[in-house]
Amino acid sequence: MTVAESDIQQELSAQLGLPAPLAQATADGVATCWISAEQLRPALRWLKNECSGAFSMLYDLTGIDERLRAGAKPGPARDFAVVYHLLSVERNADVRLKVPLSGEFPSLPSVADIFPNADWYERELWDMFGITPTGHPNLRRILSPPWWQGHPLRKEHYARATERPAFHLNDQIQANLESELEFRPEEWGLKRRGDDFDFMFLNVGPHHPGTHGLLRLILQLRGQEITDAVCDIGFHHRGAEKMGERQTWHTYIPYTDRVDYLSGVANNLPYVLSVEALAGIEIPPRAQVIRVMMTELYRIISHLVFYGTFSQDLGQMSPVFYMFNDREKALDIAEAITGGRMHPSWFRIGGVAMDLPEGWQAMVREFIKYLPKRLKDYDTVVLHNRIFQGRTRGVGAFSVEQALEWGATGPMLRSAGLAWDMRKARPYSGYEQFAFDIPIGQSGDCYDRAVVHVEEMRQSLRIIEQCMQNMPAGEYKSRHPLTCPPLKEHTMQDIETLINHFLGTTWGPVIPAGEANVHTEGPKGMYSYYLTSDGSTNSYRTRIRSASFPHIQMVPMLSRGMTVSDLVAILGSVDFVLADVDR
Amino acid sequence: MSQTTFYILLIVVLLAALLTMAAGLIFLERRLLALWQERYGPNRVGPFGLLQVLADIIKLLTKEDWVPRFADRPVFVIAPAIILVATMLSFAVVPFAPGLCVADLNIGLLFFLAMSSLSVYAVALAGWSSNNKYALLGSMRAIGQMVSYEVFMGLSLMGVVAMTGSFRLSDIVAAQERMWFVFPQFAGFAIFFIAGLAETRRLPFDLPEAENELVAGYHTEYSGMKFALFFLGEYVGITLISALIVTLFFGGWYGPWLPPVAWFIIKTLIFISSFILLRGSLLRPRYDQLMAFGWKIMLPLSLVNLAAAGAAVLLKDH
Repeated sequence: MTVAESDIQQELSAQLGLPAPLAQATADGVATCWISAEQLRPALRWLKNECSGAFSMLYDLTGIDERLRAGAKPGPARDFAVVYHLLSVERNADVRLKVPLSGEFPSLPSVADIFPNADWYERELWDMFGITPTGHPNLRRILSPPWWQGHPLRKEHYARATERPAFHLNDQIQANLESELEFRPEEWGLKRRGDDFDFMFLNVGPHHPGTHGLLRLILQLRGQEITDAVCDIGFHHRGAEKMGERQTWHTYIPYTDRVDYLSGVANNLPYVLSVEALAGIEIPPRAQVIRVMMTELYRIISHLVFYGTFSQDLGQMSPVFYMFNDREKALDIAEAITGGRMHPSWFRIGGVAMDLPEGWQAMVREFIKYLPKRLKDYDTVVLHNRIFQGRTRGVGAFSVEQALEWGATGPMLRSAGLAWDMRKARPYSGYEQFAFDIPIGQSGDCYDRAVVHVEEMRQSLRIIEQCMQNMPAGEYKSRHPLTCPPLKEHTMQDIETLINHFLGTTWGPVIPAGEANVHTEGPKGMYSYYLTSDGSTNSYRTRIRSASFPHIQMVPMLSRGMTVSDLVAILGSVDFVLADVDR
Repeated sequence: MSQTTFYILLIVVLLAALLTMAAGLIFLERRLLALWQERYGPNRVGPFGLLQVLADIIKLLTKEDWVPRFADRPVFVIAPAIILVATMLSFAVVPFAPGLCVADLNIGLLFFLAMSSLSVYAVALAGWSSNNKYALLGSMRAIGQMVSYEVFMGLSLMGVVAMTGSFRLSDIVAAQERMWFVFPQFAGFAIFFIAGLAETRRLPFDLPEAENELVAGYHTEYSGMKFALFFLGEYVGITLISALIVTLFFGGWYGPWLPPVAWFIIKTLIFISSFILLRGSLLRPRYDQLMAFGWKIMLPLSLVNLAAAGAAVLLKDH
């Protein structure tokens, strides 16, 4: 991997006609180059279209307010940095381009015409940092409400409501808020009238049974046909990234659970992996296998919710009850092991919170025996149902090229036919030791997405079984001094360990300065936390790259030309969680 | 007892029985669905949760009688009444036992078809007067669906009429003394069953409501007692279709040992339960698929069935 990376740095500098030293070393080993705002568009265009093994996916786009960063900042002098994280499937490599910006409210060219999914990322960039992507087609706030003052992820913006004057809602403010919510098609570039007819605009959500949470869609309808759609998100925004700058490295773990709230520890994993990459912690084998087992269990838990609610979206009443009962069984195991259910917050920096309880094997074994039979029944009831197939085949289909271009990952990408799974492509946490297959679809339609999800549950069961049979002995937590909370064994014997333990459990560990972003394959797609440390007890910048955000951005594209009923099928099959979209 | 008193008594008993039945059905449906879905259903209010319905009724009755200010008030108020009245009126022609029928019209079957056409108005007017886009979409779907499925509903019954030579329902039952019409007219039964589902707008034909898409479809804006009338109308409708299936295809009151009324009720309950089971197992097709199914499969099938029945009757006569 490193060879390909240094290659891309050289190729890029040759392409841009630059002197070589624009690279920056990072803890995660991703090739990181600094380029100027003028070079940005040619560089991205070249990386996407021309270079061999094209970087066809804009994996993430975000900013960092660097004005208060302590210590030496590697790279050019700057107030802000904008980070473009590209991914190449062919090379199985990443490249991270960073653009240094100076000034209070800087700007840089928009790349929304090169990568379609940059549209929302750039809106988020402006909303959160006040950095203007010039040339953006529709620059408006995306996560915070339109009337918000300031840009929340700038360092001068307050983090808690108690740091600002009290807010009082009077009639005037309420009237303003309500008028802000009014939909004006012109602002979104939509026409009110067709050639000889009027379009109907249907407001779906934020409270609607088909949207699975606080999501607002505005449909431009001609009869029952959707001619265009607008997504309005941000109703679930809680400032999870801002909280990361306030919490210690350790106390941020419970917040990660609540990002994709259906998949519990699968959110902890990318976070602790990134912290461990920064700190250089090696994880003992037992802890790794426990992590894998729990992550796969939560994959099943999340997929069962997907399966049930998807069939319910299509009008089927019963499967959701059966699947929630199965999920209950899985949650019982999770509860016995972690003590929590939906939000176990159980992984720790350097391992897991505690060792497995007595009798865990019996519970897991019973579940492994129980679920396959049920899954077979569901095949008959749901997947093989002719009405189900009629509702989902050919609906909301997309190609692999489109999926990559829009930043789709996980089951979304695999349903289109690309066997791209981070557990295989870049094994982390010991996934290379497990035998499992990557299920893929062919057409990327709603039906294939359901099939891929179902098959993934079977594969997860395989992995859990292997974990159960081959659980290594040993410690559940690393002996590295930055492990948090540290093992207590030697604290009463030597003063160094006692001091270290005391600091680690009171202030929390001081993670060395640097940057890291470790990809994981979460239930809904690729999850990762791009952490920037300036050598302190808390993160300088925590960027959550969630899978649902780019997925929900695809919904208008997928639903054009479909009917309102198809929209519900598409929403159900995309498998998003609004807390994961809005963070 | 004079004949007038008998009929007045019959009507009162029938009305009371129907409304109780509809309320009971809500309970039955919730418990049966729960049974099939690995859960309990309402089991807290009263013995076995039997009083849950009563609690619901009290809640609905004491709710504020609210009409949205953007709605067309008179039409909005009348619409739910139409549906209940139309379905209840149809019961006038259903014979529960020999001589036990409110009005044994010689055009009984046509009367039922006419009443079921009237209930389309309720849905159409409710959706239109609500002045809500979801309600409008729902009622548009309802009109298309009910008008189309009425065509084959009528056609599917003509086989039975041809074999009996009468539109009077008591004649039709009497003609089944030897053999239920479900055997010679199985296709007719199947089509009527499906069309009946569509007429009552139950899953898999609940597109006009489609809660995942249209919130609550044509009755999105309704609450309180007006909403309850739609609800009652739906359950009385299920009872009506089940009663008609029994009358037309399953020999009405005929059966050994038990009194005729008991047989009628037992058979009707079996069909009601099958309606509930269907709701628990199927999903909803898309609107265009529903229409294609109706016009491309059901209509030709019912025409063939009618032609075959006609040919059989002609052959028998010669």
